[in-house]
Amino acid sequence: MKNLFARNPRRNKDQPNDPPPGQETPGGGAESGSENPAPEIRLEPPQLLYGAGQSVGIERYENEDALFATSLLLASGLRQERMGFFLVADGMGGHQHGKEASHAAARVMTGTVLGKITPGILQSDPAQAAGSLQETLLEGIQEAQKAVLEAAPGGGTTLTAALVLGDNVTIGHVGDSRAYFYSREGEITRLTDDHTLVQRLQDLGQLTESESREHPYRNVLYQALGQDEPLQPDIKTLHFKQPGALLLCSDGLWGVVSEKKLFGLIDWTRHPAEVCQEMVQMANEAGGPDNISVILVYLL
Amino acid sequence: MQSSKVERTLPALNQLKPGSILMDRYAIQGVIGVGGMGSVYRARDLHFPSVNKLVAVKEMIIQSPDPATRQTAVKNFEREANILATLSHPAIPKIFDYFTCEERSYLVLEFVDGKDLEAMMKERKQPFSEEQVIAWGIEICDVLDYLHSYQPEPIIFRDMKPSNVMINGNNHVVLVDFGIAKNFRIGIKGTMVGTEGYSPPEQYRGEATQQADIYALGATLHHLLTGSDPRQQAPFSFHERPARKLNPNVSVELDAVIQVALKYNPEERFPSARTMKEALMMVASKTGAFSVPAANGAAHEQTVKPVWIFRCEDEIRSSAAVGEGIAYIGSYDHQLYALRLMDGQLLWKHSAEGGIASRPCLYQGMVYAASEDQKLYALDAASGKPVWSTSFTGPIRSSPVVFEGYLFAGGDDGCFRALNPFNGQEMWRFEAGSPIRSTPSAGNGRIFFGTEDGSVYCLDLRGQTNWRFSAKRAVTASPFFQDGIVYTASLDGFMYALDSSSGWGIWRFRMGKGSVSSPCGDEGAVYFGSADGHLYAVDTNNAKELWHFAAGGQVSGSPVLHQGSIYCGAASGDFFCLEAKSGRLRWKYSTGGPITSAPAVANRLVLIGSTDRTLYAFPVV
Repeated sequence: MKNLFARNPRRNKDQPNDPPPGQETPGGGAESGSENPAPEIRLEPPQLLYGAGQSVGIERYENEDALFATSLLLASGLRQERMGFFLVADGMGGHQHGKEASHAAARVMTGTVLGKITPGILQSDPAQAAGSLQETLLEGIQEAQKAVLEAAPGGGTTLTAALVLGDNVTIGHVGDSRAYFYSREGEITRLTDDHTLVQRLQDLGQLTESESREHPYRNVLYQALGQDEPLQPDIKTLHFKQPGALLLCSDGLWGVVSEKKLFGLIDWTRHPAEVCQEMVQMANEAGGPDNISVILVYLL
Repeated sequence: MQSSKVERTLPALNQLKPGSILMDRYAIQGVIGVGGMGSVYRARDLHFPSVNKLVAVKEMIIQSPDPATRQTAVKNFEREANILATLSHPAIPKIFDYFTCEERSYLVLEFVDGKDLEAMMKERKQPFSEEQVIAWGIEICDVLDYLHSYQPEPIIFRDMKPSNVMINGNNHVVLVDFGIAKNFRIGIKGTMVGTEGYSPPEQYRGEATQQADIYALGATLHHLLTGSDPRQQAPFSFHERPARKLNPNVSVELDAVIQVALKYNPEERFPSARTMKEALMMVASKTGAFSVPAANGAAHEQTVKPVWIFRCEDEIRSSAAVGEGIAYIGSYDHQLYALRLMDGQLLWKHSAEGGIASRPCLYQGMVYAASEDQKLYALDAASGKPVWSTSFTGPIRSSPVVFEGYLFAGGDDGCFRALNPFNGQEMWRFEAGSPIRSTPSAGNGRIFFGTEDGSVYCLDLRGQTNWRFSAKRAVTASPFFQDGIVYTASLDGFMYALDSSSGWGIWRFRMGKGSVSSPCGDEGAVYFGSADGHLYAVDTNNAKELWHFAAGGQVSGSPVLHQGSIYCGAASGDFFCLEAKSGRLRWKYSTGGPITSAPAVANRLVLIGSTDRTLYAFPVV
């Protein structure tokens, strides 16, 4: 598998010094196609490849983020199934609480969702599994909420989870971590709305994007796990186009590195884990004010 | 605003015990309430030894180690005292005294014998009546008007919410808590406070005007009328959940007043508390024209007449197919008719030996029609001359379709066949074991169809099962494929969204009853009818209902989407044209019998068959 990704020269090795991030031509997508045509990678059977990156950042001493990633492939003469489950949680509340909250959310959410989905895939007739995917994700978030309240009273966490099954990805989301699609043509689509006050004000045309970035309330969430109020998670299903990429990250990444620079790092010929490491590095080079977590998934 | 957790636990540690005496004058009797800064006590004024004069003693504990924060807090406290000292209004408590001892400052206020609206709502557990809310609303407007007209400068209350409105023993309003400046604890990531919920968007920019109080009053009245706490909803989402939608007992007029108060843009709200009060009074009296336009009033129905009609000898239960300027329609009178599209003139007809319950299919100059006589006929589309026919072992009620060069047809014999469209030769067959009455749909090299035992099958082009999904009752409606998802309605009362490659259920939407209505859709929405009498529009991403339209009877027909309009017939015989975005009725036409099929749209015409034996052609307007 690794060989597949070594066909193109590494971009970093070509650059003697690290230029300021994003100043150079992005290495991925349509851009690189013009000079050095990227091979049309389509795998048979179609499958998910993922990588992750995480860093405590420069300014913080503790990591309150959590992430989870797994993928599964079944291909036979009778059936082809691919499944992936990916999650980023950004804990808050300081000291022990933030860590515990994001960890508990990741653990319980994953346990609930995979506990329902994996056996279904191994059944002879997968579609007979009870409940819909959206209901399963909702249940996972509710269980995670209970676990956070129990394990980290006073703490809280964001939770952005993506369940890839078949042709679609189902997203469960609370807080201000984000999920994106990135197409082979270089199109960036944000899949989640931040549950922050400034986002809401921005949606209503009361703040501009640049005002939001400077706003004193920019970190105030109106929804998070661990909050002692009824949760209304966003749950939705979107068509995951092949080939394409899915990115999940905490605000330690998207709050620091622009989307354009971030996705400019994607190079389809390299393993996503490698790209994730560079994304994290870019956030740290920009000051690393917060914990950074990122998961990049290719569907090829 | 402090987080609710802080409010509940922090000051409790420092509360004054009953029996404590402040300034040798105020004997604390108990706690009335707890605020962000400290407690509010009921106390007896000992300067009046012969009567039981009660006062409210409001405490502020200054705990912050930061001198600047402490200074701001004291300033706000003094501000409240000074404001109150100069005010005189029945809905504003009188101030008697203020003083500071040690780290605590105190205001001594008129004791209001009553409860605040938040506490009342908690006890009541259901919304207040419209009449009651209007009465309180008028009183609040009155006191806001007093504050806003205050000289030399208007006073903005800035913190209108149910917990700051007391209702005294005579059911009159008293505003409490003039201490301001408690919005958010800012700076630290995720202080996890909710939003204030009642405050307008511009308040977060630091603007406080009369219109801010009007918005907050609108939010307060909305909460009282609906029981839906704005602090638990997405901020500024009132327009997405009008009071009347949450509580149908709220009148259109009151709903409109509240919506005006809750406009995002301050200039669109009532210009003053006085005008809002007048609007509320007008709702109360329900006399005269209401000056605020009612949002989305009754649908304005256009009258549309058919361009032409064509009468058959028996019911039409199936849809027309259109190609090359010809409309093909089958009827229970055993005929397949070919009509000139522009005027409905009969071109030719072909007789089967049974009723035709399915939509004809056009492909390469041929028209295919399936009949209850167990036969599938292939005719020359222009002349109607028979080319071939083939027999099944049961009636055929599913409409044939051509996909990737195969002619697919399901039968009541439980058999799904792939035929050569040119000679009718069977390429393969799949035994579903239960009658197939739904029309197959295709996408991504796969075929989807439902059966009467509640299965949805996904086959590949060689007839191998990719997956099977089980609903709890029959799937008679035809599946609809779009963007990797198959949507399918069942008689079990659910609309299912299934992953097209694995058959996993992505979501399900519960209807009031089962459905035989085949869905249609576009980016973002799927539309379908139900026996519960509604036509639904549902968000494809998350199964949220976008709108529903009450058709006045079972929706047995299937909708079709064309240029922003939904066309659909119902068992009442009505044929509807709705705006796809809103579900608003554009026009309707009453036919003489139930409609069970989907319309066909072509050449600026909408064709719909009815069991009144007539095919109607309406103009697309």
